[in-house]
Amino acid sequence: MIWDSLQEILFTIKQNRLRTILTGFGIFWGIFMLVLLLGAGEGLKRGIESTFSSDVRNAIWFSATKTSLPYKGLAIDRYIRLTESDLVAIKQQVKGIDILSAEQQLGSSNREPVYVSHKNKSGSFPVYGVAAGYFSIKKFQDYHDGRRLNDFDEYENRKVVVIGTKVAQALFPPNAPVVGQQIIINGVSVMVIGLFYDPGWEGRMSERIYMPLSAYQKTFGKGRYIQMIAVTPKTGSSNKRLVEQISAVLRDRHQISPDDKNALRIFDMAEASENINATFFAVNLFLWFVGLGTLAAGMVGISNIMIISVKERTQEIGIRKALGSPPIKIIRTILTESLLVTVLAGYLGLIFSVGLLELYNYFSDTAGLSTAYFKNPQVDMGIALIALSILVFVGAIAGLIPAWHAARVSPIEAMRAE
Amino acid sequence: MIFLEDIHKYYGHDASRLHVLKGITLEINQGEMISIMGSSGSGKSTLLNILGLLDSFDQGQYHLAETKISTQLTERKAAELRNRFIGFVFQSFNLLPFKNAIENVALPLYYQGISRKNRNYQAEAMLDKVGLGDRATHMPNQMSGGQKQRVAIARALITDPKVILADEPTGALDSQTTEDIMQLFKDVHAEGKTIVIVTHEHEIAEQTDRLIWLKDGNVDLPPAEVMASAERS
Repeated sequence: MIWDSLQEILFTIKQNRLRTILTGFGIFWGIFMLVLLLGAGEGLKRGIESTFSSDVRNAIWFSATKTSLPYKGLAIDRYIRLTESDLVAIKQQVKGIDILSAEQQLGSSNREPVYVSHKNKSGSFPVYGVAAGYFSIKKFQDYHDGRRLNDFDEYENRKVVVIGTKVAQALFPPNAPVVGQQIIINGVSVMVIGLFYDPGWEGRMSERIYMPLSAYQKTFGKGRYIQMIAVTPKTGSSNKRLVEQISAVLRDRHQISPDDKNALRIFDMAEASENINATFFAVNLFLWFVGLGTLAAGMVGISNIMIISVKERTQEIGIRKALGSPPIKIIRTILTESLLVTVLAGYLGLIFSVGLLELYNYFSDTAGLSTAYFKNPQVDMGIALIALSILVFVGAIAGLIPAWHAARVSPIEAMRAE
Repeated sequence: MIFLEDIHKYYGHDASRLHVLKGITLEINQGEMISIMGSSGSGKSTLLNILGLLDSFDQGQYHLAETKISTQLTERKAAELRNRFIGFVFQSFNLLPFKNAIENVALPLYYQGISRKNRNYQAEAMLDKVGLGDRATHMPNQMSGGQKQRVAIARALITDPKVILADEPTGALDSQTTEDIMQLFKDVHAEGKTIVIVTHEHEIAEQTDRLIWLKDGNVDLPPAEVMASAERS
């Protein structure tokens, strides 16, 4: 009996193709647009996120330049240079530090020429000496091959490096092995032990070469100086307090006036990501606004179509009633029919839109088609399904009300309707 | 078969209330073929709708095939009684346009829960009987008015109802087709079915056993010219 009713409904759906298509299209389009929109929003978010470096998000970076105030008899415009002993002092005097590391640099911003070569290929890339723990901060680097530097490399002064993908592109033929090869930096031969990709600065952080600090200082004669100190807080201790305390230690050790705003440069990732988070919040708000608008438009659309399609069937309902159909069966039939059509159409809408997003992902991955600020659009299935249920529910209600009316009017009046 | 006593029907409420049927008393016997006539607004369609349980009445007694019909009849119950007891034939055929002849004829059996195979088999046999065996799979828009009305009659007969109610069944047909359809009604009548035809054509009324004339919501004597034409036949 149920199967027979279903057959009757399927038959009606099949015989009223235009009505079915219109009803289905309303739902299909609503879901299709909503998923594309939410997916695009997610893509936008990931695009912005991908321009971040691979650092952990709560790291604080310290570097030093010239003083801007005289202090304790020392002149203005005095260059401050951080040293490895600053690290020791910070470690001893400041509590609540999780990772403490440092980097020293050749090339790029120092305008020192750095010649890097392998066989007959060469290029100029910034080379960094990095202290133990550094890669716990650059946590999200993506290693294509080999491994990151570890503390043993540091303690044993190993002459090893990890290089970015852009460096490998310049020095090695495509698909040639990189890890295990020797490259020459300013005449010193070092072994490549890792190949990484870092999305920071839109991928320019992949133009770097990293080496253990101890070996670096010995090899390139930088003494005990370092350029940057990186710190992450232990859980529970605040970035603000660390900034204050570490600044105090550094000011004290380098005779910097407490009022000097220039001598120490401090970059607090947490503060920066807070700004980004605010941007994301705004983007999200906008997406939800447009998304709910699309959903509302879909709801109005589907309601209209359902009301019209039931109106159009008033005569049919009248005839069916005259021939002995109980009112409840009329309502049930229309409801089942609208549910079948809307669920199927919504499902198709989901498949098509998610398919389209995946297709974009596939091509942008394989063809290397990368757009700034747009990456890997995807949709939260839970949200898509909720949206679908809302549309189906509204469609059912929108069909139910006129169906209920039609089922209640006398068959004579219903049959007279044209 | 059908027994009406003092049936009243009003339309509207209070001041604008219209008294359409003013106490109709009527008996229709098993196997009778009768016609109902009357000028427009006399209440003949309303009476037919009440007979067919398509409309309620406000007052009076109605027995249909030993079943007492209440003034408070629920739509569910009415639908069930219509399905079992009554076959309808309408002026405008009222076939479902998206179903072919067999499916239209089989529809009442669907509401009796009879299997698709079984009801289509019965419907085909019924179409054969009304002379449309060769049009069984045609859609309504592929058929002439006479053919559509035959399908409608087949549909009315499919549940083997107690009574066939026809509302101006030949109103939309030309005279030749009208004759054919009336012949079909007479054939059905000859098999013992009770048939009630509402019409405004004397030629139709003349072919029935008995004429009920309605005037202003009452059963009345037919006017002289109607009597005369009835006597001529």
